[in-house]
Amino acid sequence: MSGYVLKRLVAIIALAFGISVVAFMIIRLIPGDPVIAMLGTGAGDTELIARLRQQLGLNEPLVSQYFLWLGNVLRGDFGYSYANQQSVSSLIAASFPATIQLTLAALGLSLTVGTILGVVAALNRNRFADTASMGVALICMSVPSFWLGLLLILAFAVTWPIFDVVGGVTWKGLVLPAVTLALGSLGFNARFVRSSIVSALSQQHVQTARAKGVPPRQVFLWHVMRNALLPLLTITGLQLGQLLSGSVIVETVFSRPGVGRLLIQAILAKDYMTVQALILIIAIIYAVANFIVDILYPVLDPRVASR
Amino acid sequence: MTPSSASAPSAPAPAVLPDAPTAKPWSRRRAILRALRHRSLSLGLAICALLVLLTLLAPVLTVHDPNLQNPLATFQPPSWEHPFGTDAFGRDLLGRVLYGARTTMLASLAVVVLGALVGTVIGLSAGYFGGAYSFLVMRMIDLLLAFPGILLALTVTAILGPGLTNGVIAIAAILVPIFARLVEGATVEVRNLPYVESAITAGASAPRIIFRHILPNVMSGVIVLTTTWLGIAALWITALGFIGLGVQPPTPELGTILNDGQNYIMIAWWITVCPGLFLSLFVVGVNLVGDGLRDEIDPTLLRP
Repeated sequence: MSGYVLKRLVAIIALAFGISVVAFMIIRLIPGDPVIAMLGTGAGDTELIARLRQQLGLNEPLVSQYFLWLGNVLRGDFGYSYANQQSVSSLIAASFPATIQLTLAALGLSLTVGTILGVVAALNRNRFADTASMGVALICMSVPSFWLGLLLILAFAVTWPIFDVVGGVTWKGLVLPAVTLALGSLGFNARFVRSSIVSALSQQHVQTARAKGVPPRQVFLWHVMRNALLPLLTITGLQLGQLLSGSVIVETVFSRPGVGRLLIQAILAKDYMTVQALILIIAIIYAVANFIVDILYPVLDPRVASR
Repeated sequence: MTPSSASAPSAPAPAVLPDAPTAKPWSRRRAILRALRHRSLSLGLAICALLVLLTLLAPVLTVHDPNLQNPLATFQPPSWEHPFGTDAFGRDLLGRVLYGARTTMLASLAVVVLGALVGTVIGLSAGYFGGAYSFLVMRMIDLLLAFPGILLALTVTAILGPGLTNGVIAIAAILVPIFARLVEGATVEVRNLPYVESAITAGASAPRIIFRHILPNVMSGVIVLTTTWLGIAALWITALGFIGLGVQPPTPELGTILNDGQNYIMIAWWITVCPGLFLSLFVVGVNLVGDGLRDEIDPTLLRP
């Protein structure tokens, strides 16, 4: 058990190092002079250019540039956003709560509704309810999230103004973006849960339980669902990353002041310090989430650690 | 517990030995015929064929030039003259959607072909040569996989800048590690089979072994993965266009038309609804084909 945790720990530290190198290289890989690209209209100011070069450490050798940058990042200093005239860390701190709220709401929605759809389909295999819920799941996976968002805006801004459509980090303003973001992974979860249950149903211990007269409800909850839903934990870790990065588009549609919208604006404005910081933070969160899943897994399923 | 699941049969023992490395032509034709009887596969193929045909017939189906502006006919709702209505510049939306769908479809195809090609070559070489080379390459692949979905595409776009070609490269970058991992796993499995060992003993060159003996056996997974990712590639290409990082106006592309539609959503719903419906239908069709192919070729592969 502790060997397993240690192995995972080494893996995530190596991964975090790799992620930091990629994030660091973004500014260095941009064709042309990143400083001039970043300053845009202010590029005529030679003193500012010199100061920014100094601040980015661009005059140093690459390796010492990296450690300089890493040192700053570890102290929470992600540099200065010239496009927004404030420090990148304050920009991120201001926009993170909205994204976390959106991501968690969407994750909850896709897990619960997706599981329900999958269970319904699996229990009615090859009957109408199965075809119907798998059809819904397929459509959920096929409809572009931003288009669905626009349709929801159309419906709820014009026809039934129940929910707030734009802006706001209020609960009322959360419903439509969360539904929009959740849809794709909801469809995926429904299909995943269905196939998990179907394969769990045919396992020998389920047939044994049924043969020795365990009540059907108990067989389903303890023998089928317990095995079928465990893999969903792995999926949850992966989906957290998909949803975090999916928020980029949903926040743009609903003009939510979150990390995703900040990232798009930063890319369009060539605000590379912000881009670098956001990519680093999102990838690290994703890695940590998957690490937690890896650690939790053997607790719930002791077979994993011994493998 | 349902009766149908209670009587789920266990897999029958195979009557013949597993497939020889290359299937005979007649059995392949029979496999295709059998596959066409698969409901979702044939429905998906029909949908895709219809939509592709529509985009190919665009010059015949539309009377108006998709880029022709008409200040006298802005924001016309759908009518016989303009079945999808017109946009802010009075341009015919049907033409723009059909020509735009061409761009979207070709770009998505380019994404999966590029991603599959590069990923397969990386996976084959890592799986065949193994050792330190494989270790290094696969750790790089793990690193790419650490960037969830569109974040990797955005990273690449941030470096290369916006545009259609860059968008295709950016989204293909998401697919490369996924294909590489699948192909590497399959290659390692095949690599140690006796017939590959004997080919090595017989003195066949590495490229010959990889392309003649290993590739045909990992191909089924690649084909299934390519189809399942085609739909997602279409969604991501349009998403890039929608947020302004993909195709640049005035070239019609479904994502940029939808971006345009967002600005006028309160006064002209058709600019949003029509291209979105076309795109959704296309992705539904592709996903149906992908599901069917997976059932027919390789049921063990999980959808992304």
